[in-house]
Amino acid sequence: MPAADGTAADGTGRPEPNHGLRIFLLWLPVALVADLLIWFVWGPHLPPGAMSTSAATQQSAIKIMSVMAAPVMALVLVYGAYALVVWRHREGDDEDGPPIHGNTRVSVTWIGVTSVIVLSLAVFGTVELAGPAGAGAGEGNTPIWRPSGGTPLQVQVIGQQWRWTYRYPQFGGFETTSLMLPVGENVQFNVTSLDVIHSFWAYQLGVKADANPGVNNVAYTKPEHTGQVQVRCAELCGLWHADMTTAGQVVSLSAFNTWTASTRAQLAALTRNLPPYTLTYDANAVAQLGKVFQKAGLNGAGGGFYGSQYPVQP
Amino acid sequence: MSLAARVTTLIVAVLAVVGGVIFVVAHYLLGGPPTVDFAAATSGQVNVTMQTDASSDPAVVLDHPTWVSYFIKSPASGSWVHTTLFQVPAHTRVNVTIYGYDGSTPVRNQVWGQVTGTTSGVADYGGKPVKTVNGWNGPYLIQHTFAIPSLNLSVPVEAGPATCTTGPCTNNQHSTTTFSFMTPAQPGAYRWQCFVPCGLSYLDGNGGPMQTIGYMTGNMQVVS
Amino acid sequence: MAIDMQPESDRQPGREPGGREPDAPPPPARPWWRRPAVHTALAGAVIGYLLGHLLGNVIAGKYTQVVNSGQNDYAIVLGYVLGTVGWLAGLGVFSDLLRQMTGRPVHATEEARDASAGLARYFRYSLDHKVVGLQYLVGMIGFFLTGGLLAMAIRTELLSPSYHVFSSATYTAIVGEHGTMMMMMMSSLILGPLGNYLLPLMIGSKRMAFPRIEALSFWLTPAAYIVLLSGLMFGGYPFGWTGYAPLSVQATQGADAYAVAFGIMGISLILLGFNIIVTVICYRAPGMHWGRLPIFVWAMLTTAFLMVLAAPVLVGAMYMLITDRTVQTAFFTDDLGGSSYLWENLFWFFGHPEVYILALPGFGVVSEILPVFCRKPLFGYKVAAAGMVGVTLLSFFVWQHHLFDSGINPDMRPVFMLTTELISIPTGFIFLVAMGTFWKAKIRFTVPMLFALGFYFNFLIGGISGVYLSDVPADTTEHGTFFVMAHFHYTIMGGLIFAFMAGLYYWLPKIMGIRLNQTLGKVHFWTMFVFFNATFLPLFAVGMAGQPRRVYTYARSLETLNDWVSISSFLLGVSILIFVFNFVYSTVIARVHEEGNPWNSRGLEWQVSSPPPPGNFARVPVVLSGPYEYGVKDAPPVADLDPPLGVISNAYAAAAEGAEV
Repeated sequence: MPAADGTAADGTGRPEPNHGLRIFLLWLPVALVADLLIWFVWGPHLPPGAMSTSAATQQSAIKIMSVMAAPVMALVLVYGAYALVVWRHREGDDEDGPPIHGNTRVSVTWIGVTSVIVLSLAVFGTVELAGPAGAGAGEGNTPIWRPSGGTPLQVQVIGQQWRWTYRYPQFGGFETTSLMLPVGENVQFNVTSLDVIHSFWAYQLGVKADANPGVNNVAYTKPEHTGQVQVRCAELCGLWHADMTTAGQVVSLSAFNTWTASTRAQLAALTRNLPPYTLTYDANAVAQLGKVFQKAGLNGAGGGFYGSQYPVQP
Repeated sequence: MSLAARVTTLIVAVLAVVGGVIFVVAHYLLGGPPTVDFAAATSGQVNVTMQTDASSDPAVVLDHPTWVSYFIKSPASGSWVHTTLFQVPAHTRVNVTIYGYDGSTPVRNQVWGQVTGTTSGVADYGGKPVKTVNGWNGPYLIQHTFAIPSLNLSVPVEAGPATCTTGPCTNNQHSTTTFSFMTPAQPGAYRWQCFVPCGLSYLDGNGGPMQTIGYMTGNMQVVS
Repeated sequence: MAIDMQPESDRQPGREPGGREPDAPPPPARPWWRRPAVHTALAGAVIGYLLGHLLGNVIAGKYTQVVNSGQNDYAIVLGYVLGTVGWLAGLGVFSDLLRQMTGRPVHATEEARDASAGLARYFRYSLDHKVVGLQYLVGMIGFFLTGGLLAMAIRTELLSPSYHVFSSATYTAIVGEHGTMMMMMMSSLILGPLGNYLLPLMIGSKRMAFPRIEALSFWLTPAAYIVLLSGLMFGGYPFGWTGYAPLSVQATQGADAYAVAFGIMGISLILLGFNIIVTVICYRAPGMHWGRLPIFVWAMLTTAFLMVLAAPVLVGAMYMLITDRTVQTAFFTDDLGGSSYLWENLFWFFGHPEVYILALPGFGVVSEILPVFCRKPLFGYKVAAAGMVGVTLLSFFVWQHHLFDSGINPDMRPVFMLTTELISIPTGFIFLVAMGTFWKAKIRFTVPMLFALGFYFNFLIGGISGVYLSDVPADTTEHGTFFVMAHFHYTIMGGLIFAFMAGLYYWLPKIMGIRLNQTLGKVHFWTMFVFFNATFLPLFAVGMAGQPRRVYTYARSLETLNDWVSISSFLLGVSILIFVFNFVYSTVIARVHEEGNPWNSRGLEWQVSSPPPPGNFARVPVVLSGPYEYGVKDAPPVADLDPPLGVISNAYAAAAEGAEV
């Protein structure tokens, strides 16, 4: 501990340096440089990019959190490095350190500052979530944050083991394996599954919504640039989970209209075979499917998994 | 214990552990069904013959004889191999013939009743071209599908009479589905699977054989 | 406070537990192969398994689902359960109970026999907490290495997106086994070995509250391990450690191994936690009041509460999964009235406290070690304890952050975002305490201290990345990707494992009277620290770039990063091997004795010999001051190890009067 006249503990007679000030002066440039780099250099390139409103929101959320996290990390790391260099044990010094049991002011300041940071992050996160219609996250079947301006383009995403299909109810309800979206239009994804839990993740659109069987999970976005969209499955769904990868396209509105018209015509025969469009496809509720299974002698779910008194499945 | 005794015990224990690890890796982690090789063909086209069966002969298929399964005919020996792994050359036309011995199972999603990705755009059921099959109401019923999703290939296999239940079957009571597709230029493993929930007594019908390589799903290895 | 001293005059003849006369000579010792130990346990397990399997075949052999699928889940589950019962019976777990029920005398306490039994007692159902601690230590290291081998297999597969070493089924099974092995078994990594061994020593007790329960909690772990590994032999399971239904209901027979093993381990956690809670509350020595409790004991206590409250939910969920797979209940099947969300919520209601079960003991170990090598009191002891209690309480209110994108009620997401952000406040207390302890300290860079410093570095990164995940918009991209993987590997491996190593290097001289080689220890630390960060830091980027979890193939553009990570992970594996070599070499071959108190610590456990004598303390000590009074002039000694007989209550009063609160 410092000697009674305020000189340093090492007995050299020099005054005890103001460690707090030194640490602050070491920390400040590190934090500033890190923040500037994050905001200006790294920021525009942060994942998931800015191809849609939800992706841009997420990118800005990550940017702001990084700007807040960098000084905190810098403080702990700079303090740690300073401590390990300045306060390391010197050979021959077998004294114990000063008996500092605590410091109420420091503790209260720390708790106060961390609470403020954390609470403001929570508020910020809520604002970012509410603003752009849910920021691309799946909101369940009763979404509370919707885009303004009329009914969005409805795209139903059907997950099944192990391929995604997409149904467009506003264009006759045809079902395809390719995802096409028009730029500049609000899109509503209605995500559901036919068997186990999958998760629809359109990376460049910043959309992720779990596909649960018998449940409709809604997510919104608005693509703002044309380009390719990587669709992956983000919830382990069995053997070929890693292979449930496709590429979707965001194209101009006119190209999209051309595509829907031609696909609708092309798939007309198939669309007649499909069950009517609903938000979930419970095997028991799809009327034709039930009769068909019974005719095939598959009484009971999955051909005997649940016994003959149960409605049919799958 | 003396130092020598401790060292000896330690060496024996280490060898036992290493041996155990190698055993587990070799037996349980690296095993698998054989790959039928069609890549040796030099004629510019490859003919692949497969069959689907409701269940198998327990003497031939030791693991799960009650499961539905594909078999592939080896081009070299002409015998039926219990596997779903096969190898084809890149950028080649593959002519597939599937003998369907199993009976019909309704498909879960009617989308898979449509033929996509073949060279002619259709498949042949006993010589008659089909494009869109209504797996629920007919007139053609489906037993399984052969689909390679990354090539957008999907072909429903016509239902058969299901009289033979000890695969591999050799009689002529089967449906015949034929189609052709082009293998891609990029070599690698392309998974293929059945989209009909035919895993009897598994939830949703998608367990068991549907998720086990060697039965209803496998890999097409494209080599350059 | 201690309740185990009974004056001679109070004892009455014939009142010993089990009805044995206190003066009767113990029956003669039987030969080693006739006494219950691991070999009889194995025999019991095999017999139990065969019996269960037979029973399952008799019950369900003709059911349609069994005949069609070719797998009899009833037989497998019953086999595992009866096999575990047989394992325990073969160990002699039930013998005392059966003896008391039939009125026969219980054999002389194990301690009397085991004290002379040398190495053999470690293979028996020993009631000595120090033996159980060492059994746990060896067991946990073995489980960790198995999980690590599986991790090496995972990284081997991920070297190339197009060339596949394993089939996709095998790879998915390996991923599930690795995750389950680590998450399931490492829950007891610190509390099992270090907790069981050191807790009585740290609070001045001669024993744990329930020695039989303690030993049972250990012996369930090898059973769980064997059941889990056998799943790999049966084809594994394709759903990872999270077991999401309905995939887990759909899966083939490996899934039964997962459910039963996790259930067994859950029971082990409950027993372990329960024992610790009662010991800490009831067995503290006089003078060891709550304000003097070592911070590691606070961590043990809070973790134990988490175990006792969260693990039952897990056991219930596994039970429901088993009934869904066998007797055709429909808890998790939407089409028949159940819900896939039920599993998600049940699992994560356990799953989130589980990760704090993994993290809190690490906080305790490093907070315990820091004052010793800074030669300063722990800064803000009350803040540290409050932080641990706060984390424990809040950890029950955050679980839905695993379900942000799942389609839960959207109103819930800001709520759970708030609670998840809030839990970072008490977690931050640990850093406040550490930074305060460093202030003007005299830091010695011993091997335990190096690992503790590594803990703080790693947990800083892990904790901050957790804040990114708690923000729902950001989580939309990060959920289910390698970003999450990097986050929890930093907090759990960078946290718990580094803390375990710190604790091991610090306390091994106490436990075995042997020091681990310090040079090898430093090599171990530096290689492990460097390669751990080299492996997991890039994974944040890999996840943000779009690679989901549990995949065997990925975008070609990520191949370089994945190769870097894989090679680093192999080198990380080498560093763990260095540790194993150090551990085995130092304890088996070199055996450099380290008596007394090599770290000059004020901990109560260091005031007795190394290793401690049977019964820990000759007499229950009276604690006179806290364990962190470094630098305090004229600090009283830690404890009076030889207080006079019969004046314990007076001594307690005097210590309470004279001591600071």
